[in-house]
Amino acid sequence: MARFVPHLVLALGACVMLLPFYCMGLTAIRAPSEIFDISLWPIPEDFSAGRNFAKVEERVPMGRFMLNGVIVCAGILIVQVATAVPAAYALAKLKFPGKALFLALVVGALCVPMQALALPLFVGLAKAQLLNTYFALMAPFFLSVFAIFLFRQSFRSYPDEIIEAARLDGFSEFDICWRLVLRGSLPSLSAFAIFSVVAHWNDLYWPMIVVRDTALAPPPLGMLYFSDAESGADYGALMAGATLVTAPMVLCFLLARRQFIAGITMTGVK
Amino acid sequence: MDLTRTLTATPALALHGVAKAFGGTPVLRGIDLDIREGEFLSLVGSSGCGKSTLLRIIAGLETQDRGTLEIAGRDVTDVDPSDRNLAMVFQSYALYPHMTVRENIATPLRMRRLPGAARLPLIGRLVPNQSDTRAGIDAAVREAAEVLQITPLLDRRPAQLSGGQRQRVALARALVRDPAAFLMDEPLSNLDAKLRAHMREELADLHARLGTTFVYVTHDQVEAMTMSNRIALMDAGEIAQLGTPSELYERPANLTVARFIGTPQMNVLPVEIAPGGTVMLFGRPTALAVRSAPGPATLGLRPEDLRLARTGWPAKVLRIEPHGADRYLTLELPGTGAGRLVLRQYAGAEVIPGDGQVHVDFAPERAHLFGADERRREVAQRAEQVA
Repeated sequence: MARFVPHLVLALGACVMLLPFYCMGLTAIRAPSEIFDISLWPIPEDFSAGRNFAKVEERVPMGRFMLNGVIVCAGILIVQVATAVPAAYALAKLKFPGKALFLALVVGALCVPMQALALPLFVGLAKAQLLNTYFALMAPFFLSVFAIFLFRQSFRSYPDEIIEAARLDGFSEFDICWRLVLRGSLPSLSAFAIFSVVAHWNDLYWPMIVVRDTALAPPPLGMLYFSDAESGADYGALMAGATLVTAPMVLCFLLARRQFIAGITMTGVK
Repeated sequence: MDLTRTLTATPALALHGVAKAFGGTPVLRGIDLDIREGEFLSLVGSSGCGKSTLLRIIAGLETQDRGTLEIAGRDVTDVDPSDRNLAMVFQSYALYPHMTVRENIATPLRMRRLPGAARLPLIGRLVPNQSDTRAGIDAAVREAAEVLQITPLLDRRPAQLSGGQRQRVALARALVRDPAAFLMDEPLSNLDAKLRAHMREELADLHARLGTTFVYVTHDQVEAMTMSNRIALMDAGEIAQLGTPSELYERPANLTVARFIGTPQMNVLPVEIAPGGTVMLFGRPTALAVRSAPGPATLGLRPEDLRLARTGWPAKVLRIEPHGADRYLTLELPGTGAGRLVLRQYAGAEVIPGDGQVHVDFAPERAHLFGADERRREVAQRAEQVA
């Protein structure tokens, strides 16, 4: 019996977590007349999923928003990994003067919230005439101190003797970093990829600041336009849009779940 | 002078005044060492003596603060590790975990013989004119695997191998590149005792077969004694003695060497050198004399050089430890204040009396004497005693 108690508690917690998503999905398939029905019964009297999703499709370019999201998330992730992996390797495995200081700066930078930087970044991008571009959406996130820190923790556990054997075998530091050490930290890489993609896919704050053009809007901003525009109280359609925006992330997590959990538990990041 | 002799006399590795300190703590204090072509040289010492650091400096993984290093007459002080043509076997074997055994062994050759683009995964195969090189690498890998009898393991990954098998793969990876010298950093210390003894034999065989220079770091004097042509015994960042295993055993240059080499350890007893040179043990003259100023000294006696006798020093047997053919007796010399002694004798020797009371004596020609500075002193037997 005692074995089931923790599972029961966790299952209740999961229900609480999942309830809003359930409601979202439910609203997306209900007719307007049923929307404020308190019942959680999964089968609506008037099945209106088709109507709600069609409304999303006809009113806003949801495909375009999704594509924007993919471009922005992929661009950010690629540059983040390309810069964070060498930095983390240097901090974890190389000896150089000032290493402790650099690490302290990285940890310090973790404490700076995005909002504190928003204004100077906006002004800089405006002066450079780069507002309303994909670059403006991505640039502030190219350097991720979180990634540097996460990879450093994970790289530190890579055996030094293998790195030394590689040096004797003729591997360059670049080869060692990308082909051996990162190879040994793939769970961390996928964990970070999920963190990064989820954060930037769902980000509304920064796109709202730098983008005015609907054609550049990532999904959450697109949703905002959608609700602003005319839908007003058409919650069914709104939730259908939200479902569409959320679905890729859920799929993404389910596919990489095992790797993600290995990456988190291995590095001790919570 | 004979020219060929001069040429062959170039040492495989030569170190001149190599010194290294870590954060102000000296680890190596100016090491001079010539390692001969084709010899098996062991660097032995207790932990912290600097032996591993010295090996890493030879490999180029660590940079010395002072001193130079030559490989086959070429100064390599500022040469990258990969260009020194040395192969190293690590304590943890350091196999690449994501590669198969075959790829592990091929890696040093791929890195040297294939251009960068041809080494890339997947697209590397598309680089033209590499088929001969690849065939050559495959052949070399097969040959190395054959030598170490790991051919059936070639397609496995390191995680699927036992410690002994990993050890062989690490050796194969080292020998496939035909290096100027093999550097080994305690390669057997992660194996169990039985496998270690077996691998000792195999390493000695391998050395005999390849005729390549081996530099072998160990803290285990048995490994050093059984495999080496010469041993450099290190202590506190210096070479305490360099010589053949029997030289170190028979004529240890100082007390550190004497204590380190040999199991069980050499027995040491405090003695006095009387005016005139007679060595006095517990106030009684021994059969030994030394040409040295009077004063305190240390007498060193190997366990096998002690013997039970009718006369000699009265002793009490505390423990008898049978070792098959031999047995070790732990003795105490009552009333002398000296520590316990270990005596090694043939297991079928005379029965020890029930009360353990015996007399112990030693073979004077096998005794070692160390002065107050712990250095070896040559002893002679006193003529009147011999008669």
